[in-house]
Amino acid sequence: MLRSALELASAWAVPVLVAGIPAYALARKVKVYPAFLEGAREGLLVALRIVPPLVAVFVALGMLRASGALAALSALAAPFTDRLGIPPSVLPMVVVRPLSGGAALGVVGDVLRAEGPESRAGYLVSVMAGSTETTFYVLAVYFGAVGVSRYRQALPAGLLADAAGFAASVVVVRALFG
Amino acid sequence: MSVVWVLILAGSVLAAAATGRVGDLPGAIADSAGKAIATSIGLAGVLALWLGLMRVAERAGLVDALGRLARPLLRRLFPEVQAGSPAMGAMVMNISANMLGLGNAATPFGIKAMEELEKENPHPGTATDAQALLCAMNTASLQLVPATVIALRAAAGARQPADILGATLVASSCAVVTAVAAAKLLRRLYPAPAARRGAPGEGTRA
Repeated sequence: MLRSALELASAWAVPVLVAGIPAYALARKVKVYPAFLEGAREGLLVALRIVPPLVAVFVALGMLRASGALAALSALAAPFTDRLGIPPSVLPMVVVRPLSGGAALGVVGDVLRAEGPESRAGYLVSVMAGSTETTFYVLAVYFGAVGVSRYRQALPAGLLADAAGFAASVVVVRALFG
Repeated sequence: MSVVWVLILAGSVLAAAATGRVGDLPGAIADSAGKAIATSIGLAGVLALWLGLMRVAERAGLVDALGRLARPLLRRLFPEVQAGSPAMGAMVMNISANMLGLGNAATPFGIKAMEELEKENPHPGTATDAQALLCAMNTASLQLVPATVIALRAAAGARQPADILGATLVASSCAVVTAVAAAKLLRRLYPAPAARRGAPGEGTRA
């Protein structure tokens, strides 16, 4: 029920907004088309402005992955996560999730293929991916777009949120799926 | 961010030296830099579309109206954002688009909100508490239905690919609550600099 209602809302939201906003504005006698072009031009500038921070973040993360540092981190964390009941195949998720959305989905795909979507690892990796976001990417885009380079508490808060999402995933999956 | 960045860069080089993979680094560096451009180009179209629509909505008074509607809720979270601030409307749209899983629309709205907040920033270049909180919330998953993961599960042959829905709702709620609490509690550890608006060479913004 909840799900189909939400899916319906998601499907309708974009078309209704795209048509509805200009229609409403026209009725309010806004010069719709020039206003749209003005905002769209700003959107392109934003796309340009986020390139430098994205280069910085992507290069750092690309190096981290290619250097084997991520794999080493996973190996270091293994004894602890073992005790928490996180299967070794899910571990790369914990390390990779805040860094790269694409890599995280890659881990989900790997685990689902290898162990099946109804395995404990399959459930855990799905719930982890579904309850967290790519922290470094979000920060680079949002702060980069406005030229803020001192993130202050945003970075630790984002990483703590990821940790909380993972911990909750472990507990919930154990409770619901054994 | 400078310290984190240098730590990751230097740490990677050391790790590569230890694992004997220094030879892999140059290729990875060039690839990653290229990916930044690809990502930005991929975003450019939706950014233009949604910021264009956003401007239209602004002119029609929709963004203000939305901001006023959600103010009672958001005021608790963002007490320092002023009543008439255009940031309010953009933040509402960012959060609602996120919840519906409209990542394409959520990012432009979020960026718009960040821009409006930056206009009120007394120390440009350093995050305000409101900016940090908005970002922290966006780094936690606000999405009610994790459509991509469900699609992956379906592709892997799950009988009920969406059976994770209850679990993701609980887990992401924990993440969001943690993001908000951490952003609120940690701000004292990261004091903002004294206001620099209007300092020589800064240029004042109305």
